[in-house]
Amino acid sequence: MTAILAALWVTLKLATLTTVILLLLGTPLAWWLARTRSRFKAPLSAIVALPMVLPPTVLGFYLLVMLGPNGPLGQLTHAIGWGSLAFTFWGLLLASVLYSLPFVVQPLQAGFASLDTSILDVAATLRASPFDRFKTVVIPLCRPAFITATVMGFAHTVGEFGVILMVGGNIEGETRVLSVLLYDRVEAMAYEQAHWLAGGLLIFSFVVLCLMQWYGQRLSHLQGEAR
Amino acid sequence: MSGQEHSSPGQADHTPEQQLGDLERADQKPKQQPLFDEQADGKNSIELSLKLLRAGEAAFDLSVELTLPSSGTTVIFGPSGGGKTTILRAIAGLEPDVKGYIRIKQQTWQAPGVFVPAHQRRVGFVFQHSALLPHLSVEQNLRYGWQRVGGTAAEFVQCVEQLDLAPLLQRAIGHLSGGERQRVALGRALLTRPDILLLDEPLAALDAARRSEILGYLERLKQTTTIPFLYVTHAVDEMSRLSDYLILMKGGRVRQAGPALDVMNHPDAPLALRDDAGVVVQASVQQRDAHGLLTLHSPMGTLYAHGPVHTPGDRLRVRIHARDVSLALSHHTDSSMLNILPVTVLALRDGAGGQALIELSAGDQPEQRLLAKISHASVARLNIEPGLALWAQIKAVALLV
Repeated sequence: MTAILAALWVTLKLATLTTVILLLLGTPLAWWLARTRSRFKAPLSAIVALPMVLPPTVLGFYLLVMLGPNGPLGQLTHAIGWGSLAFTFWGLLLASVLYSLPFVVQPLQAGFASLDTSILDVAATLRASPFDRFKTVVIPLCRPAFITATVMGFAHTVGEFGVILMVGGNIEGETRVLSVLLYDRVEAMAYEQAHWLAGGLLIFSFVVLCLMQWYGQRLSHLQGEAR
Repeated sequence: MSGQEHSSPGQADHTPEQQLGDLERADQKPKQQPLFDEQADGKNSIELSLKLLRAGEAAFDLSVELTLPSSGTTVIFGPSGGGKTTILRAIAGLEPDVKGYIRIKQQTWQAPGVFVPAHQRRVGFVFQHSALLPHLSVEQNLRYGWQRVGGTAAEFVQCVEQLDLAPLLQRAIGHLSGGERQRVALGRALLTRPDILLLDEPLAALDAARRSEILGYLERLKQTTTIPFLYVTHAVDEMSRLSDYLILMKGGRVRQAGPALDVMNHPDAPLALRDDAGVVVQASVQQRDAHGLLTLHSPMGTLYAHGPVHTPGDRLRVRIHARDVSLALSHHTDSSMLNILPVTVLALRDGAGGQALIELSAGDQPEQRLLAKISHASVARLNIEPGLALWAQIKAVALLV
């Protein structure tokens, strides 16, 4: 039981931090992608989308190499005295941020792209600075996109497995998350605990997706009323 | 805004037909004279020099240089796609591609190397589609700009009163009619303490009744505020009712600019070639008889017109359509015509529809122009040529106020 609680704690901490970091980094990135006409848009969009199609083990492998003592990131972290990030929670966090990036950036990008930009001109003539416009016009009008991005980023991080196993391994209280614990229990033939874990993750994912659907329906209903 | 009491029951009664008709009510315009003096001294005026060359699919070429009076209403009139809206957007700082100078009342908003960002320019902008912030209520929309300029409660209350916005305050934006939206947008712009109010075809998306309503509000605002208006339109009635200073634009160039009456009455103005060619004169009511017949004093001499709502002392703007003016060789006293003016032929030109447009000087004042539209057959029969002295006849009922 303590093993499960420890894994639950690591999972929640990881998913929460990952989501917060992704919202902070993903918002400007999505804004740029939604509005740019730069020729770098296509390759950058592809890089953002890569984790969706790439086997997680591929991402994990490269990360492991990069974070290792001879990798560029590993050398950097050693130089500033952090030691190696591989097989630590922080390495896991870095991997999760990369792995869940498209699930946060893509909904935000779609939301920003559908925003009528003339409304920003209006706000500018009402003396709102660019940051003020973002805060008081873009965020409220793109709220559904932000909610989708948050939920998808969180849920997807909870559900990751391959990357974690490659980068973080299986250290209780540090890098062992629920999905890894499940794998561990199955390997150890502890099927009762495995059932609890698998069932819990299944219900969690189902409930999250249900809530998203309901929210979407309510939103389109409200928008229909406003028109 | 001076908060001056202003009520004019007649204004609300104008039907759209009357607005398009012969006589336009211009109301008292004490600003009319100082307007052009100010422009001459140049210190307070609005100076623009704008250039935009856009190649490719949406090819576009704008090049204007203008000095505008810093009070009253300047109308930019012309067909769509002529760059009118781009000028307004450039003044507001929304067109970073436009090159040139923008100086408003001694502040430089744009010059080579200078570009004051939109939110730091003191402009009020009323867009064609009101573009109210959809996630906010009417009151929150009004407060949005007002808060950001540190407006006072008194300003807010006065604006709400002036535009009759009180019953709308708690409404959601989705529950407003088109006319109500534009009223809110107008109030929201005025509450930002602008140095200039930019109006981009604010009536274009409205039906006739709503247009007339908003025009009434605009006419009243014009009287009570000192903020200069820069008003873009392609509608003749809006132009002739609101303009103190008029700019005619076509194809990204200024064709004519000047005091509104001069430009409207200029025989070479594109307006004169239109089907509704005519001249506009400023007149004041001398007398009114029991049947509503007005005796008007005008630079053309005495005119008679029908005006049910006007009283002696009122100042009006009278539009005399060329099609309502007929010409005679002798002074007929046996006809029903009340307005018979001595005129001299200045020039003949071809008007629309195969008719001749005769340019005349009216009365004893050679600068006062009158236009008459008659058939080519009549031109031949009366042997009309420049220098010929004639009598111009205008039915009083054609000059409905």
